[in-house]
Amino acid sequence: MHPAPSIILFTVLSGLGFGLLIFLGLGIPAVTGWSAFAFFAIAYLLAVGGLAASTFHLGHPERALKAFTQWRSSWLSREAWLAAITLVVMALYGAGLVFFGTRLGVLGWLGAGLALATVAATSMIYAQLKTVPRWHHWSTPVIFLGHALGGGALLAGEVQLAASLLLVLGGLQIWAWLQGDGRFRAAGGTMESATGLGNIGDVRAFEPPHTGTNYLLTEMVHVVARKHAVKLRAIAYGLFSILPWAILALLPFSHTLAMIAVLSHISGTLISRWLFFAEAEHVVGLYYGKR
Amino acid sequence: MTSLPSHTEKKLGLVIDLDICVGCHACVTACKGWNTENYGVPLADEDAYGANPVGSFLNRVHSYEVKPEEGAAQLVHFPKSCLHCDDAPCVTVCPTGASYKRVEDGIVLVNEGDCIGCGLCAWACPYGAREMDPTEQVMKKCTLCVDRIYNENLPEEDREPACVRTCPTGARHFGDLSDPESAVSQLVAERGGMDLMPEQGTAPVNKYLPPRPKDAPTDVLAPLLDITGEEPKGFLGWLDKTLERLG
Repeated sequence: MHPAPSIILFTVLSGLGFGLLIFLGLGIPAVTGWSAFAFFAIAYLLAVGGLAASTFHLGHPERALKAFTQWRSSWLSREAWLAAITLVVMALYGAGLVFFGTRLGVLGWLGAGLALATVAATSMIYAQLKTVPRWHHWSTPVIFLGHALGGGALLAGEVQLAASLLLVLGGLQIWAWLQGDGRFRAAGGTMESATGLGNIGDVRAFEPPHTGTNYLLTEMVHVVARKHAVKLRAIAYGLFSILPWAILALLPFSHTLAMIAVLSHISGTLISRWLFFAEAEHVVGLYYGKR
Repeated sequence: MTSLPSHTEKKLGLVIDLDICVGCHACVTACKGWNTENYGVPLADEDAYGANPVGSFLNRVHSYEVKPEEGAAQLVHFPKSCLHCDDAPCVTVCPTGASYKRVEDGIVLVNEGDCIGCGLCAWACPYGAREMDPTEQVMKKCTLCVDRIYNENLPEEDREPACVRTCPTGARHFGDLSDPESAVSQLVAERGGMDLMPEQGTAPVNKYLPPRPKDAPTDVLAPLLDITGEEPKGFLGWLDKTLERLG
């Protein structure tokens, strides 16, 4: 799949923003006044910035409000609703903390649950697609939620919790990468099943239907740059999991080091999300004899 | 709502005969022509005469080489367009309701005025039947020529999809696949019509007729080259044996 920068930024930034909102909703850290304002500002900049980035890949962003209509069937529509409701609920909860120094616990818990559900809905946009076997698995929501929780704890300044979550996330991500590698084959699609010609013999693409490229090839048959996937996995793992864990767990706490841990985590998450798209193979490639 | 209808009154669709298609791409051209001038926004052709032409098409013809275990390889031309699936995954993922499946005839359509161009429906389709128009930035797909098949301004013989009407070899058939008595259903039953990518569970309406088995290869010259023919009789037989004995 084509790793579009707008979608990578959207999933990474809004995942972090909603991840931070989960912890703020739970009252972690227990902040009020100006420090609460700073935490909420960061969370909203990330969440809203990510959502704004997602509109850049739309052909007609001026019609984006129509995406709220199909929540009964579409995960993309559900995500739009959940994101909007979360931001409203958490704004009310945040206003209580910032302006009145009061924690409206129930509202916070509700907001945290909604923020978690928003990230889950984002992941389901990808996990629902049977056409992309690597994504069509429950590990996709697990990884998206893991990144939101790990990154959220890191931004919330929860040193011990963040260190543990990032270590667990690293393990989960490696497991997801490895068991995702065999899923295209396991899903059973072949050039023979795609064309129905398998009972005559082996099928080979002889001539493509068009001499140039087309939307299908550029959007869904992204084969370039996959050759460095293993090295990129190692770099991503080091940056989003191991380095921030080492800084948090092994070194004495300082704000400079914490900032390095945050930047390292975000860079690693961006690379891993790039891989999430670049390594994913769509079954339509079978019609072209490519994956 | 982009929920799928539980039942459609008809299942209009195509039956494509892979045994007959010669890969002339006339259906591609006819489709592009009709659908550029009629339903929805025109189908783009960018840099059509330049080095990197790109555009949207609703129908494309692949060509495959199929190698049996024994015997010669076969070339199979393979037209591919929307299969108007009963369980169309492209419809349910749509966040705006632009994609829908019609209850009256099962045709899957896009209401382009509601399409935000997110591309998720094209991701959900295993067949590559949907293409984002590079100029208009809305999703384009086969309409089964919904503006021809019911069009009373056209002569009756033209009230079928442009690809079917134009096919010079009769490799494309159009009809109601929910009616077991229809010509297309009979054809599917008789020739073992098949679904593409059955493992995807999309229940496509369009069916493909597999190429007929080829005859075993025969050497047509062999009988003429058999110079000995039958055993000679009579005088020639006596002569043959005598000469053999002489060694």
